[in-house]
Amino acid sequence: MAYVPLADRDAEMEMHHPHSWVGKYVWSQDHKVIAIQYGSIAIFTGVVGLVLSLMFRMQLGFPDTTDFVDPNFYYQAITMHGMIMVVYFLTALFLGGFGNYLVPLMCGARDMVFPFLNMLSVWVFLVSVIILMASFFVGGGPTGAGWTLYPPQTAMEGTPGHDMGIILMLVSLAVFIVAFTMGGLNYVVTILQYRCRGMTMMRLPLSIWGIFVATVLGLFAFPALLVAAIMMLFDTLLGTSFFMPAVMEAGTALDHNGGSPILFQHLFWFFGHPEVYIVALPAFGLVSDVLSVHARKNIFGYRMMVWAIIAIGGLSFIVWAHHMYVSGMNPYFGFFFATTTLIIAVPTALKVYNWVLTLWEGDIRMNVPMYFAIGFIFTFIHGGLTGLFLGNVVIDLPLSDTYFVIAHFHMVMGVSPILVLFAAIYHWYPKATGRMYNEGLAKLHFWLTFLGAYAIYLPMHYLGFLGVPRRYYALGTTDFIPASAQDLNTAITIAALIVGASQILFFINIIGSLKWGKKADPNPWGAASLEWQTPDTPPAHGNWGDELPTVYRWAYDYSVPGAHQDFIPQNTPESEEPTVSDEHFDPDKDQSLADV
Amino acid sequence: MSIFKTVTTKPWERKGVIGGMRPEGAFDTESERVALSFFLVIATVVFSLFTISYYIRMELPDWQPLSEPAQLWFNTGLLVVSSILFQWARNIVTRGEQKNLHTALIGAGVFAILFIVGQLLTWQSLQSEGLYLSSNPANAFYYVMTGLHAVHLLGGLWVWSKSSIRLVSGSEAKDIKLSVELCTIYWHFLLLVWLVLFALLSNT
Repeated sequence: MAYVPLADRDAEMEMHHPHSWVGKYVWSQDHKVIAIQYGSIAIFTGVVGLVLSLMFRMQLGFPDTTDFVDPNFYYQAITMHGMIMVVYFLTALFLGGFGNYLVPLMCGARDMVFPFLNMLSVWVFLVSVIILMASFFVGGGPTGAGWTLYPPQTAMEGTPGHDMGIILMLVSLAVFIVAFTMGGLNYVVTILQYRCRGMTMMRLPLSIWGIFVATVLGLFAFPALLVAAIMMLFDTLLGTSFFMPAVMEAGTALDHNGGSPILFQHLFWFFGHPEVYIVALPAFGLVSDVLSVHARKNIFGYRMMVWAIIAIGGLSFIVWAHHMYVSGMNPYFGFFFATTTLIIAVPTALKVYNWVLTLWEGDIRMNVPMYFAIGFIFTFIHGGLTGLFLGNVVIDLPLSDTYFVIAHFHMVMGVSPILVLFAAIYHWYPKATGRMYNEGLAKLHFWLTFLGAYAIYLPMHYLGFLGVPRRYYALGTTDFIPASAQDLNTAITIAALIVGASQILFFINIIGSLKWGKKADPNPWGAASLEWQTPDTPPAHGNWGDELPTVYRWAYDYSVPGAHQDFIPQNTPESEEPTVSDEHFDPDKDQSLADV
Repeated sequence: MSIFKTVTTKPWERKGVIGGMRPEGAFDTESERVALSFFLVIATVVFSLFTISYYIRMELPDWQPLSEPAQLWFNTGLLVVSSILFQWARNIVTRGEQKNLHTALIGAGVFAILFIVGQLLTWQSLQSEGLYLSSNPANAFYYVMTGLHAVHLLGGLWVWSKSSIRLVSGSEAKDIKLSVELCTIYWHFLLLVWLVLFALLSNT
């Protein structure tokens, strides 16, 4: 086959044009439909995860008043909550949802490179979710081994779901990884190969950089989970001893012998730590774009932001054992991982400074997405700083497995990415649906979520300092935990219930606005990046009408001096750049013009 | 593309269309080839992690080395022949010829299938000696790693079967050129993986 210039291959790319309803909305190969399918499935599982968390919070806040939360169910709920939120909700929504929606639009492509594979990806993802959910309905219920699934207790009689539950969990993860790999190859190759004319890598919006590096991390980190899942499946189903040591269960020796539970921990966290950044990097990218658009200013230090994303991605592969300081490993080993962990704080802090400096002297518009984006800066700084505590071996040891850890990772990879998700949903909603949502309701949703999240997690830091252990069904009586800790737990549960209930506002707003929302302007925020310049809103199949866009500038030309609009779309050629002629331009007089 | 050059450009300074008709920095090749390269890296990660786990597990006291059946040498030969035939098919399609293409391409797949059958027979002979999956960790690794390798090969055979069907139903060499080329790369990769696995399993 003769080489065809890549940008021009788009033009001749055969678009798949379905006509039936099923072809358009069910077995669709359109990246936008797939994005919404991915997003809907992910949000559905997220709601399941949220409800589970409220159920076990009931037990912690009001011990023994809820009869459906017995110890077994408590462990199953915390396990499923963790796994669902990290893998099936955040990863799938960021990469499957936003990755699918934004990659072709922001790169100026008509669709993903392999649309069929993309469709396959979402349906295989659905299968993995069904397998996961099926574990609620099998004998013994879902696994209750904790989301880290550490052997040997995953397979022991005392652990709920030690028979079918754990098997379904492992199979579901393996299927998820297959789905992710199919989707991930698509995002990466689309970003590398299907950018439109003039769209260099360094002209890509940071959202795409975040999604790109996160996907690469996912592609290389998920195999570790796959390997661990396969070996553990063999251990549970076929009696091998990869991870299972010789172990006595109720007085009888199990058939296993000599396996290494620590090996599982290494494999799990070799996946588990990059996973944090698989969730965080797309969030970093999306929030950068939201901040820049609503501050009417170019993102501060674009190149540094890109380098930081790449550096964080690279470093995330050599910090995994900081999750294992208490596993009995060699202290020198711990020292190495403490060092790399603290090094990763450098590019991360750099990003935070750049977000704040983007706001500095910006023409900030307090639109709904901006509330969530600024909220993210708060929660992320907060969660990031507690990470410095836990990254140090000597501080981590006493804090390990306490509520301090819970508070840390919920702030940094729970609340923060979710605030970005809300920012991003509210930011791109007008483009994706062609409707505006109710601003008042959205702002109410923000304040309840943001303040509520602090009400939940700030007290947990204190509980952690007291030494209250995580994952305990009941605290019992000890010398070091005062009775007042229970009052704090009750308050946390009440806050959690309020935050949980306030998400109903979000769903009412998002679903109701589809029908009753005002018709949205094609570019309501005045954004410069390519996805806002589509001929149709919402973008039609094929995205760009007859002709692909050509890009002449980066995605952050906001408030350019002399320009008569405060943003210049990426596809505006220099010759057509609307400027106020130099001799007549008086910055004071024409300020109003520059603000249009 | 020069990665360093790419990430150090100052996008705010450069206006206009950069790089002429096509975007700057993309790989100058088909997207399928880029996707395959990524997939090969992913597969390498999977097999490397198994290898590392193997070494870690080997250190533990209950390890009993497994003496691999001699039949593996024969299986290796089958896979080598399969790879050579693929290379032959690739050379034919690159030259745009048609002669011997059927023999080379179909033969390559058949030898790969024979390799998988050979692997299954090896499993069977191990079982008949009483060396089951759960008998000891070396066996478990043997079954898992050879199994995983065979699964990868089956995935390749699926692509191979699609191009073979196209060839048999009258497609010309140029229509299946890309898929034959990519299959060839994939086969060489799997041969390499097998040689490494074989060396690992038989030397420990």
